[in-house]
Amino acid sequence: MRFSRRQFLKMAGAGALCLTLSQLGVDVSEALAYAKTLKIEGAKEVQTICPFCSVCCQVIAYVRDGKLVSTEGDPDFPVNEGALCAKGAALYSMYTNDHRLTKPLYRAPHSDKWEEKSWDWTLDQIARRVKDARDKDMILKNGAGQTVNRLESIFMMGTSHASNEECAVMHQALRGLGVVHMDHQARV
Amino acid sequence: MTNHWIDIKNADAVLIIGSNAAEHHPVAFKWIMKAKDNGAALMHVDPKFSRTSARCDFHVPLRSGTDIAFLGGMLRYILEKELHHKEYVLNYTNASFIVGKDYAFEDGLFSGYDPKSRTYDRSKWAFEKGPDGAPLRDESLKHERCVFNLMKKHYDRYTLKTVSDVTGVSEQNLLRVYDTFCATGKPDKAGTILYALGWTQHTVGVQNIRTSALIQLLLGNIGIAGGGINALRGEPNVQGSTDHALLYHILPGYIALPQADWQTLEQFNKANTPVTALKNSANWWGNRPKYMASLLKGWYGDEATPENDFCYGLLPKGEKNEDYSYMYVMDKMYHGKMKGGFIFGVNPMNSFPHTNKMRKALDNLDWMVCSELHHSETSDNWQRPGVDPKACKTEVFLLPSAHRVEKAGTISNSGRWLQWFDKAVEPGGEARNFADIFVPLINRLRALYQAEGGVLPEALLKLNWPEKFDPEEWARRINGMFWADTKVGNKLYKRGQQVPAFGALQTDGSTSSLNWLYCGSYTEEEGNKSKRRDPSQTPMQARIGLFPNWSWCWPVNRRILYNRASVDVNGKPWNPDKTVIVWQDGKWVGDVPDGPWPPMSDPKGKLPFIMNTDGYAQLYGPGRLDGPFPEHYEPVETPLAAHPFSKQLRSPVYKFHTSDMDVFAKAADPRYPIVLTTYSMTEHWCGGGETRNVPNLLECEPQLYIEMSHELAKEKGIKNGDGVIVESARGRVEAIAMVTIRIRPFTVMGKTVHLVGMPFAYGWTTPKCGDSTNRLTVAAYDPNTTIPEAKACCVNIRKADKLTEIA
Repeated sequence: MRFSRRQFLKMAGAGALCLTLSQLGVDVSEALAYAKTLKIEGAKEVQTICPFCSVCCQVIAYVRDGKLVSTEGDPDFPVNEGALCAKGAALYSMYTNDHRLTKPLYRAPHSDKWEEKSWDWTLDQIARRVKDARDKDMILKNGAGQTVNRLESIFMMGTSHASNEECAVMHQALRGLGVVHMDHQARV
Repeated sequence: MTNHWIDIKNADAVLIIGSNAAEHHPVAFKWIMKAKDNGAALMHVDPKFSRTSARCDFHVPLRSGTDIAFLGGMLRYILEKELHHKEYVLNYTNASFIVGKDYAFEDGLFSGYDPKSRTYDRSKWAFEKGPDGAPLRDESLKHERCVFNLMKKHYDRYTLKTVSDVTGVSEQNLLRVYDTFCATGKPDKAGTILYALGWTQHTVGVQNIRTSALIQLLLGNIGIAGGGINALRGEPNVQGSTDHALLYHILPGYIALPQADWQTLEQFNKANTPVTALKNSANWWGNRPKYMASLLKGWYGDEATPENDFCYGLLPKGEKNEDYSYMYVMDKMYHGKMKGGFIFGVNPMNSFPHTNKMRKALDNLDWMVCSELHHSETSDNWQRPGVDPKACKTEVFLLPSAHRVEKAGTISNSGRWLQWFDKAVEPGGEARNFADIFVPLINRLRALYQAEGGVLPEALLKLNWPEKFDPEEWARRINGMFWADTKVGNKLYKRGQQVPAFGALQTDGSTSSLNWLYCGSYTEEEGNKSKRRDPSQTPMQARIGLFPNWSWCWPVNRRILYNRASVDVNGKPWNPDKTVIVWQDGKWVGDVPDGPWPPMSDPKGKLPFIMNTDGYAQLYGPGRLDGPFPEHYEPVETPLAAHPFSKQLRSPVYKFHTSDMDVFAKAADPRYPIVLTTYSMTEHWCGGGETRNVPNLLECEPQLYIEMSHELAKEKGIKNGDGVIVESARGRVEAIAMVTIRIRPFTVMGKTVHLVGMPFAYGWTTPKCGDSTNRLTVAAYDPNTTIPEAKACCVNIRKADKLTEIA
């Protein structure tokens, strides 16, 4: 029977190791009491992945009551074996820091400020602008009379931060619109 | 990567060039150190000494932009000393192919050059073919026009002295690298080349990488454990986003963007389906029509039928040779030709070269939609320093985007592993993932087209499009499904069931797949394989660190690409101690082989380089726009007025723009005598848009600095910690001097050339940390990819009287 290192450690922690230490006369009650105060106590483990470079270190996110309480490298993942770099180790504070954008913002032409808006309003406005540009600028035929169905006045930039599924959604959406000006970080 | 992260440990020699792996891929570096523990030699070739150099057996400083000269010298060394893997080269590469009489190379130019259009007529470089259309080969390698001899002739000029003169690397240091790395030409030895943006961001970026391919093929290092050419890809899912083609020139799965000349699917297929006359070539791209039909079926569902060309006609068609890339978008924007656009999860106003032009160009948009975690130099460009917001007309919609822990889905790591992540918590505030923006946006547009009509509504209305985004559903769509009951072998699949592997994809509309490379990742039989967490492996797999049951890897769970080249023609591994695959008792064992066929000596055997039409790896590559052999050219901005390889100072075909802001320093310009190279750092992420907003990371690396040698600092009267003004022909940047022995002056063509290095992670939205280094860099591009030359330009420096950008 094979165990991963993590499974082994869990088993060891739960049984064999404690038993051995107790048998050796070591009082583990203090350590057990301390373990109970760990911030991950009672937290659910969720598999996630560091969002920086393409090593794609796997990370365990600890969640309690719907809140992220900690992140750490996944010791079972054969590539990072639990390790994380400075950026990966800062994942938790990246998530919790108060610089995050929380609401859709709008900046009107020539304005000097942002305004908070609802998603519904924002998506309606964007859809309107995309449709107006598409209806006006769509090139159905080129100079040679060939059908090209190309919308040149709108572009897409990004992003390698998107998941494969998000990329598939975006690519299909943009070709549906007729967009050819599409590019992302792979070309920088 | 041809190989994968863990596989680096199998190398006998590791050449890190154009990368600072220890600082930029710190966790991966453990596998490099593991190779060292196993006895491998580690080499770092890079302009500056870094933590990567410190861990290597030796560091060899190289003037930025001279990699082809450096590696060209290695090619000469291999060929002169006959260190190549002879059986591999003869059987698996096109060394024996005979090149046509029209090919020529003279004084830096290949035949077929048209100076007016700055392009080559590549038909001049074609191979000689027999009456059956198959390329002619001379297996004795004696023909004067066979690739092997042309290559020898081409690199004959790359002598130790010439290479040393141009690169600034001493002859002794050249020999140390050449000796050590070329020792892996022995059949049972492996050498790996690890590179990153230090290679791609040049006007000869593609040819930098081609040069490494020539070396690795001569040494027999492709397809084997511990070998390969390994791009240490930087961005979190840049492998997957490239596979799924958020790029203008391709559709998902490396299928070309349709062109105006290909009006029907038949015309498209004819132009994009290669044909080989060689019976032992698998010519895998011969399957492309199946992948294209399945992609269209995925996009248009039941609306796509054989009768309507699977809606092929609705797709946008590009014009032949038209460049729709980033840099061309920005130039069109600068000239007021773009109306609006989406900038998601990328910060071009900090990370694009020649940022001053980019920032001005962005002001010309009517509207812009950004999706970000934080405010960025791009989203807030309208209120950048020195600009009156009232003057900027652009409407900006800034959408809060979800963080990785707030969404589910897959990413593909640099080794092509497809890894699933679960959603840990709900998005902060009202943040959304990118798909939860695009799915409802397209649904709104569909509603508008239904209500109002408009131009070409069917391109949107016929899309196979969901009401809501569900990552599992899209993972299934990417793999692909059956649209009619279909028998594969003895098994019957019902409409709506998952396709088991890309071998089952069809041209008749009975199958869909949003990316054929990922077909097999989510099946009826095994479910979502990206979630697999099984470390089990056979002893043979364990020896080389292969984990075939952990996650899944494209294509068809093959962990090492071109692994048929890791064995001889009888299927026997070159190195039995590190077997990737082996032919045993009539079947392959080990990794998933590159195709099921028996070894090459069998009449049914196939050549190992299955993605190449003729099955051989291409030492001579007639498909690239800048020549079939890599050749040294100086960067567009160079401290030299001439170089000894040819009279052609710069690449004859690099791309550039000609607006009033596109200015360049002259060759050997006395105003800008110092070479600048740029880089990232451990604590910040690329342009720094995310990491500058993480307080602990900003505290570690708080401000923009410029690394320079003691010699240069003395010459300029600058002390460590002084404020410095850095200027190029395009911009001015403030930085703090870091006077260090990590950078040393180069002796190039008998003269001293100084080089300085700067990170590019800082921008004005983070107060007083400095602003974009890319205001200095040059907007000149590789002709094949249009990647800008961000890694080499020319500047001058002086001590600052006062600083305004840095506190």
